[in-house]
Amino acid sequence: MHALPRSIQLLLLALLLLMVAYPLFGAGLAGERHDFFLQQLTSIMILAIVALGLDLLVGVSGMVSLASAAFFGMAGYALVLFAPEYEAVSIWVALPVCLGITALAALLMGVLIIRTSGIFFIMVTIAFSQMLYYLFHDASFAGGSDGAYLFMKPQVAIAGVQLLDLENRTTLFYVVLTSLTLLFVLLRTFLRAPFGRVLLGIKENEQRVCAMGYNPLFYKLVAFVIAGTIAGYAGMLSATQYGFVSPGQLSWQMSAHILVMVILGGMGTLFGPILGAFAFEGLHHWFASLTPHWELPMGVVVICMVLLLPRGIAGLLLQLAARKGNPTDAVKGPRVSKQEVEQ
Amino acid sequence: MEVSTILIQTMNGLQYGLLLFLIASGLTLIFGIMHIINLAHGALYMVGAYLVYWLTGLVGDLFLAILIGVPLAALLGVLIERFLIQALYRRDHLDQVLMTFGLIMVIDSLRSIIWGNDVHSVAIPELLSGSIQLTETLEYPVYRLFISAVCAVIALAMYLILQRTRLGMIIRGGSSNREMVQGLGINIRVIYTLVFAAGTALTAFAGMIAAPVSSVYPGMGNQILIIAFVVVVIGGLGSIRGAFLGALLVGLTATWGAVLVPQYAGMAVYVLMAVVLLFKPRGLFA
Repeated sequence: MHALPRSIQLLLLALLLLMVAYPLFGAGLAGERHDFFLQQLTSIMILAIVALGLDLLVGVSGMVSLASAAFFGMAGYALVLFAPEYEAVSIWVALPVCLGITALAALLMGVLIIRTSGIFFIMVTIAFSQMLYYLFHDASFAGGSDGAYLFMKPQVAIAGVQLLDLENRTTLFYVVLTSLTLLFVLLRTFLRAPFGRVLLGIKENEQRVCAMGYNPLFYKLVAFVIAGTIAGYAGMLSATQYGFVSPGQLSWQMSAHILVMVILGGMGTLFGPILGAFAFEGLHHWFASLTPHWELPMGVVVICMVLLLPRGIAGLLLQLAARKGNPTDAVKGPRVSKQEVEQ
Repeated sequence: MEVSTILIQTMNGLQYGLLLFLIASGLTLIFGIMHIINLAHGALYMVGAYLVYWLTGLVGDLFLAILIGVPLAALLGVLIERFLIQALYRRDHLDQVLMTFGLIMVIDSLRSIIWGNDVHSVAIPELLSGSIQLTETLEYPVYRLFISAVCAVIALAMYLILQRTRLGMIIRGGSSNREMVQGLGINIRVIYTLVFAAGTALTAFAGMIAAPVSSVYPGMGNQILIIAFVVVVIGGLGSIRGAFLGALLVGLTATWGAVLVPQYAGMAVYVLMAVVLLFKPRGLFA
């Protein structure tokens, strides 16, 4: 992937430092609402993680999936159901179990649908995620439409010594922030590796990649599983944060909200969807404070976004950065040029 | 299980399937001809139901309400196509998904503002409110037979129009090669508006005739959208024949699923879809 323009790199770094510093000055700044803001920011960052994973599919590989919420919710349920009722489960056990279950589900679903493409792919992801929604909504093993509760958050300890107290809101905030940052860096590095380059190539011209001897289905499947697992990790964090999971978290509407975040932020850039998550949730809260019918202005924003701002916020930022005369060719945005694919 | 139960459930399943066909055919037609995926299709079904609830309150008669409501729905379709969908023709599916999703949000909140969030019922007209005796122990509601009959007639009409008329030929041509049809001097934009309005009218009409049996409630649009998607996926995108067969299969599966495995009834339809996709990844009539 192209290196980001210097100004964008500085912007992201500044935002990161702001987030790192927030819990320190937030109490003074916001007073009693500090706790609420902390929770909200944590929740937005968790959604940003899902958006990051979805960008790998949508922005990088060109696969529009509306199943992210299904994996998000599934992992949350896995944590709640797997954890013993009145004891804290150890994170070293819970993490592999939840991620493993989610990855397996993504693999099974992927195998069935990976041969489809375009609009068909979108529709089957919706349909399968609805299937999972109904599974958790109707069947009684998971508490049905009431949802299920996690009474004790997972324990992060080695040999009985506690490393992190996830009950502490500030600790959880930093855990989520670190996860988000690490995943972002990891994915960007991943995209420079040959595997990532093939994915970018698949979006650009799948037949050509095929002609070069790569099997696009395999790469798309792996991307699908990775994105699903990332969503699952976020789901686990969310269940840890709120101690509650409900079938609504698996609905396709929620997946659509994540997709809006990705596009609003600017797909394919990886940093765009993170900004998009903040923008979407920010707008959501602002509109909700004005009227209970917040979906109306939000829907208008989405429609306008499609009509007027197809490259999203990141696209706008990259354009601005290019105009300032930055050395990297950011005008073309995140797409790989044809020459790079052929190397 | 008694014969009468089997008969009733099968008839229910067929009726549900025929209703689904009206909705799914609009969806697959719009996709097959215009290559537009319209997520707001379910919301338009809901609009139809709420329109008929409102109009029946005004004019007192269901049939009159439908007579007024369908042209209104078609007009809505024209407006949506003209102002929103036309911008999407050159864009990719992702943009279509997003814009129509935004449209769902707008339609849903407008419905909430205008009609609120309560569940409403619409009365079955006097004429059709009885039950007829099918066997000595079996009575079946007349209104459900009416729904099945109407949907079947519309399905036949659609087949005849598409296969036997010049307009149908133009529409089918427009789906194969838009530029060529334009080159022959036919205004393809008008055709597209027509198809979209027809699809909207079909799904709104489905909402209208289904309202007395399904009642009118906020989530009905999103629910039916996904089922319609499953029908189209099973039948194959763009295939009316596939939509018909898929709709009947889904209708029967959903109804019988609720009877045989009530706890997992919601999943039955998706399992059917998964099975079909295993053998035919692009649907039955791809």
